Amino acid sequence: MSRVTAALAGLVVLLFLVSLSIGPAGIGPLTSLNALFLGSDGPLALVMREIRLPRALLAVLVGGGLGLSGAALQGYLRNPLAEPGLIGVSATAAFGAVLALQTGLAAAYALALPAFALAFAAAGVVLVLLLAGPRGGSVTLILAGIAVSSLAGALTALVLNLSPNPFAANEIVFWMMGSLADRSMRHVWLAAPFIAAGALPLLLARRGLDALTLGEDAAEAMGIRLGRLRLALVVGVAGIVGAATAVAGTIGFVGLVVPHVLRPLTGARPSRLLPASALGGAALVLAADIAVRVVLPGEDLKLGVVTALIGAPVFLRLILMTRAEGAP
Amino acid sequence: MSLLTLRSLRVTLRNRPILNDISLQVERGELVGLIGPNGAGKTTLLRAALGLVPSSGQSSLADLAPRERARAAAFLPQAREIAWPIAVEDVVALGRTPHAPGPDDRNAVEAALARTGLLDLRRRAATRLSGGEQARVLIARALAQEAPLLLADEPAAGLDPSHAISTMKVFRALAGEGHGLVVTLHDLGLAARHCTRLVALKDGCIVADGPPSEVLTPARMRAIFGVTAFHGEADGGPVFQPLDVTRD
Repeated sequence: MSRVTAALAGLVVLLFLVSLSIGPAGIGPLTSLNALFLGSDGPLALVMREIRLPRALLAVLVGGGLGLSGAALQGYLRNPLAEPGLIGVSATAAFGAVLALQTGLAAAYALALPAFALAFAAAGVVLVLLLAGPRGGSVTLILAGIAVSSLAGALTALVLNLSPNPFAANEIVFWMMGSLADRSMRHVWLAAPFIAAGALPLLLARRGLDALTLGEDAAEAMGIRLGRLRLALVVGVAGIVGAATAVAGTIGFVGLVVPHVLRPLTGARPSRLLPASALGGAALVLAADIAVRVVLPGEDLKLGVVTALIGAPVFLRLILMTRAEGAP
Repeated sequence: MSLLTLRSLRVTLRNRPILNDISLQVERGELVGLIGPNGAGKTTLLRAALGLVPSSGQSSLADLAPRERARAAAFLPQAREIAWPIAVEDVVALGRTPHAPGPDDRNAVEAALARTGLLDLRRRAATRLSGGEQARVLIARALAQEAPLLLADEPAAGLDPSHAISTMKVFRALAGEGHGLVVTLHDLGLAARHCTRLVALKDGCIVADGPPSEVLTPARMRAIFGVTAFHGEADGGPVFQPLDVTRD
């Protein structure tokens, strides 16, 4: 493990503990951590296990997944502006969630919303793969992703447009901003298998992504099966993004900014950037979710708003740095 | 055993025939210069031989499984693409992709860096080098692959005279060590002086195949390229310089 990954892992552990120690109950960090790990069945242990622990675990899962899939997509497309939403799956997952909210199913069954989002994410990835065609090119994949994204976005807007119930519309808008508040361990158990199953093909594709640095022809001539690589990538990213959107809503900028910031620290090699970005994404979402609770404790500040507020200036700074380097 | 055997290779893209009935055999010790005007099908020939474009007919390389093929032949594409600011030695190490990781990797990378004169640049980010330096980095990557056959598309384009000559000398030395090479070239002077054999391509067909002195004849140069040329001898080797365009 390199120094960068070790430092990031330490940061994730630290932020995880901080996240566990923060909440409206106003219990000291040591008391609360003690209750979590050693406590019996008292109310404090219950608060820790049922409220704070799932929240922190989801921050790690969602942030780590988004950072990893952003780095993998940027490596595959050889473009630093690629982000996990590009293949259209986050838009179809969001549309599924919106349908669940609009029809009232989300209110009737707690897991209807994430289940709908996951089902629509799966439908989205099938549609993208069918549209992109059997050969391993990246341009058709981008076009297919844009097409599916626009369609899902239009349908989401249509649902909002025709919504007879302003409260449902309000709920939809707030849900789409992304949040980890009031999630339970059931959300963790729902998302974790998909995110883990999505992370595996991405991590296995690292050598192929390194080779793709030299272009598709060179990579293929070095023995990389491009069709298989693209399938691993799309399925992996879809599993992660679909599950992340299902339990947390749309959380932007993490998959875009984290790989960008960590690239110079990892020698720019995709194989080293992928694990580092997973840790960096987990740290960023943990930090943003802490900020949500600390900065405006009375208001229901949304996580996706905070990641965008953190991400946009970081991204602007990177543009200015790139300009100063004299890049075209 | 031949390093590459093509039998009646045909490529048709969008109903346009690109390659027509190509049969070619490359042996160990050969540095084959693939020459021909723009659009003759040189790049497509290399890509079809590797199985990167759909073709009919037979190619001994395209029949192999991808990793096996990558250990049999290295390919240097014409497009010089380095997507990320990776250190030169790490780019060169990508050539080891088809091999199982082991102690040979380091030696192969060191040898490739030394052969291309890149030892001083090894820790620089490859994307911040000049175009010619990047071209050498990519040649080093192909050398580090240590395949018996090297297919290189325009390896000398954009190199200064000294590095163009050095590159051809490295290729000739590799041929001397028992490798086989197929190199597309537009500089017929380099082709005349360094290749052991020239294959001329026009409109998707092989129109000449033989030692440079037999291929670079005035009649053939007029027929293939539409140019007249000076062909002489200097410093113990052939000199070839196209002179003027014939309009007939």
